Amino acid sequence: MADAFDVVVIGAGPAGYVCAIRAAQLGLNTACVESGSYEGGLGGTCLNWGCIPAKALLESGALAQNLKTHGEEMGVRPIEVEYDMGAAVDRSRFISDRLTKGIGFLFKKNGIEHLEGIARITGAGKVEVTPVEGDPYTVEAKNIVIATGAVMKSFPGFEIDGEKVIGSREALALRAPPERMVIVGAGYVGVEFADVFNAFGVDVTLVEALDSVVPLADAEIGKTLARSYKKRGMTIRTGTKVKSVDRESSPMILTVETDKGEEQIETDVVLMAVGRSPVTAGLGLEELGVELNGPWVKINEWCETSVPGVCAIGDVAGEPMLAHKGSHEGIVAAERIAGVAHHPMRYDNIPSVGYCHPEIATIGLTEEEAVAAGHEVKVGKYPLTAHGRALTAGHPEGFIKIVADAKYGEVLGVHMIGYNVSELIGEAGMARALESTVEEIAAHAHAHPSMAEAVMEAALAAMDRAIHM
Amino acid sequence: MATKVVMAQLSPTMEEGRLLEWKVQEGDRVEPSDILAEIETDKANMDIEALKGGVVRKIVVEAGATVPVGAIIGIIGEPDEDISALLAEAEASMSGTPPVEDAEAADEAPADEAPTEEPATPAAPEVAVEPAEAPVVPVVETDHSHVAESSVTGRIRVSPVARRMADQAGIDLGLIEGTGPGGRIVKDDVEQAIATGSAEPGTAAVPSPSVAASGVSSVAAASGPARLEAKDVELSMMRKAIASRLTQSIGPVPHFFLTSEIDMGRALDMRKEMNQRIAPEKVGVNDLLVKATAEALARHPDINASWAGDRIRHHASADIGIAVAVEDGLITPVLHEADRKGLLQIARETADLVARARERKLMPEEYQGATFSVSNLGMFDIDQFTAIINPPEAGILAVGSTIEKPVVVDGEVAVRRRMRVTMSCDHRVIDGASGARFLRTFRAMLENPLEMML
Repeated sequence: MADAFDVVVIGAGPAGYVCAIRAAQLGLNTACVESGSYEGGLGGTCLNWGCIPAKALLESGALAQNLKTHGEEMGVRPIEVEYDMGAAVDRSRFISDRLTKGIGFLFKKNGIEHLEGIARITGAGKVEVTPVEGDPYTVEAKNIVIATGAVMKSFPGFEIDGEKVIGSREALALRAPPERMVIVGAGYVGVEFADVFNAFGVDVTLVEALDSVVPLADAEIGKTLARSYKKRGMTIRTGTKVKSVDRESSPMILTVETDKGEEQIETDVVLMAVGRSPVTAGLGLEELGVELNGPWVKINEWCETSVPGVCAIGDVAGEPMLAHKGSHEGIVAAERIAGVAHHPMRYDNIPSVGYCHPEIATIGLTEEEAVAAGHEVKVGKYPLTAHGRALTAGHPEGFIKIVADAKYGEVLGVHMIGYNVSELIGEAGMARALESTVEEIAAHAHAHPSMAEAVMEAALAAMDRAIHM
Repeated sequence: MATKVVMAQLSPTMEEGRLLEWKVQEGDRVEPSDILAEIETDKANMDIEALKGGVVRKIVVEAGATVPVGAIIGIIGEPDEDISALLAEAEASMSGTPPVEDAEAADEAPADEAPTEEPATPAAPEVAVEPAEAPVVPVVETDHSHVAESSVTGRIRVSPVARRMADQAGIDLGLIEGTGPGGRIVKDDVEQAIATGSAEPGTAAVPSPSVAASGVSSVAAASGPARLEAKDVELSMMRKAIASRLTQSIGPVPHFFLTSEIDMGRALDMRKEMNQRIAPEKVGVNDLLVKATAEALARHPDINASWAGDRIRHHASADIGIAVAVEDGLITPVLHEADRKGLLQIARETADLVARARERKLMPEEYQGATFSVSNLGMFDIDQFTAIINPPEAGILAVGSTIEKPVVVDGEVAVRRRMRVTMSCDHRVIDGASGARFLRTFRAMLENPLEMML
């Protein structure tokens, strides 16, 4: 006998669990399949081995860094910082556990059935669940939502062994930091780990094949971050490709290549931060005829796949592979299934945030992209070097940059690096969602002294009216 | 947990159902999908199946009784389970008193009596609330009307970027329909208005419904096979304006009517010859009409479409509803995928559908989901009439009698067999010109019947 559901969500990460809750709220009889795999469990990579534990460690690192560099001048003495990475990891696990248990509670509260096991779609409206112990069984689903996420990937020759060559999963549980670490990849994941391990006294080398750190962000942001990291003693190797690693020698030898030729770097650990691969294998997608878009499941703006009754959301459904994008897709998909959706996904307005220090937050078009899209552009940039709140925090570095349309003042993009800018991107996103112009941002009295004032100043700068500049 | 067996809504129009016969008795063990009872709806006799397994603990509604949709008619559970709460709810549902909500409302009521120390316990305990048997009806969203409220309140909801854009382009915001949340005018709306010139000062936003059909060539003989394709068509500004204004005038489906007189001589001759050849089988006049309708729809996918609120939905096949008079009313069996069927197949299937419609033996899918309908009162000697559209279809053809009458042919008066058809059109989907083009194809099919056979 088969249980029958209106919606079966496969995967309980930030896309899947949000989708399940929204579907249940809308009166749909909902189940969520979660296997508790290597990176997963309720809450998925985000809560278990991603965003949340990473942020916990970053806070530990920031505290250490602040005490080391600012303690004395801020009047907190004596500063004799002692590192206990094990305690920091314990704290991150505690927070992660607490949040994942919270998902279990939310499932119960909303009457969502949690089916533990690995799912496979065996036909239209049929999901087979294979539990860890026991026989596979099949449930019926009027609608299936694929939210299987993604797993960290590596390069040939750099396969993750969990000890010498590690991925983010292992890095988040590294209780005894090595002396030296090479981090391959300077995207947001790479620069965040560089921040943490540098703060905990590790000699960090950051290797990036492209010619800038955070290469996908505004070019000035990468320059500012690289400058800050170098000041903290990190080695930044951009324009550098990794060729091979000798795991047997002690210390390990990493061979890299630049346009000047090959070089060798000694290290104790190599951390691969070169991206993530969507999980589509074993789901039965091919048999079902679900179209792919590269490695991802192809969806439309309502998160529907090429097969009626099958949606896909989150990392498995395409870039940007960010938790909040997945959660939002989860809501759109659930509302679409229930027939009440009226806001499709707007992929041009998804914020990206790096929680390194200084923090990075961006949304919308960069200046180059806006010009390429045919806009006449006016940029308003406000540096944080003389900004009151940044100075009091001891972090007067970075800037806020607003890319505006010269003709209408529309906010096309906002690019920020600096103290706590992750909390400012919400205002930028709302401004864009509401089609605000720089005029509306400037016309609102922002609280003083706050970092948000800097957004107002940048908006004023876009009209050549900045006060504190 | 014990579950309710409820009178399910088996058709969109069903409000109550009569319990014809129980197929199980109290104490019987049932598995999911087992048939529990037969009920009579407004359209057909249907079976109710068990959704969960268990033992039939209680038959609440006896055979012969009529109860509203959603009423509890039985209870399935485990043999030793306490079902008193469900029984209480079943009783309440019969007497028309909602059980739980009232109790809770009483809790919150600021009663005049002295406040009690503890809140009263709701009469029905939690077990009574499992909604397992009820078909899921999604929450209906609140009004997301896309009609700008400008003329009513004087305030126009518009985004800052859209306002500046309109200012600089010299566009009147009052003439733009907003597509943002709550009808807010957003950038896209203004860009589109600039592109189409629909909101320039002095331009009427709504075009006249009577669009001249000049320059439209005959489409009946369009070369190549016509293929229908399911798709949603985004609404243009003009389409939104037509939809909202005309619905205000005649709502919610704003009808207009097109009439055409068709020379049926060749079609009737062809039918006669055909029937001699296939005897004892027969092709009826109505089958010719259905075939011509399907072929014309295949060539005009914009007619084989539905108004879907924020878009127009084109359907993947021409599913023709055929209005059939039955005792006490009317039912419209659907000949699905008529565009892919030959005349003889249409004739056979229609005969079967009509016969079973009269016996009220149709399955729901056999009277639901038409994309266009044909209503023929020719046999009642009706010259011409108008039919009411059955939403979400966008049109219906009303067919009158074929009459011998004098017409002028090549300058001479001749006697011809003529039939008048009137097409009712949903103006949100179909315009005068597009409806006329469809009707012209339909007419050409019947006047040159070989065309629809090719």
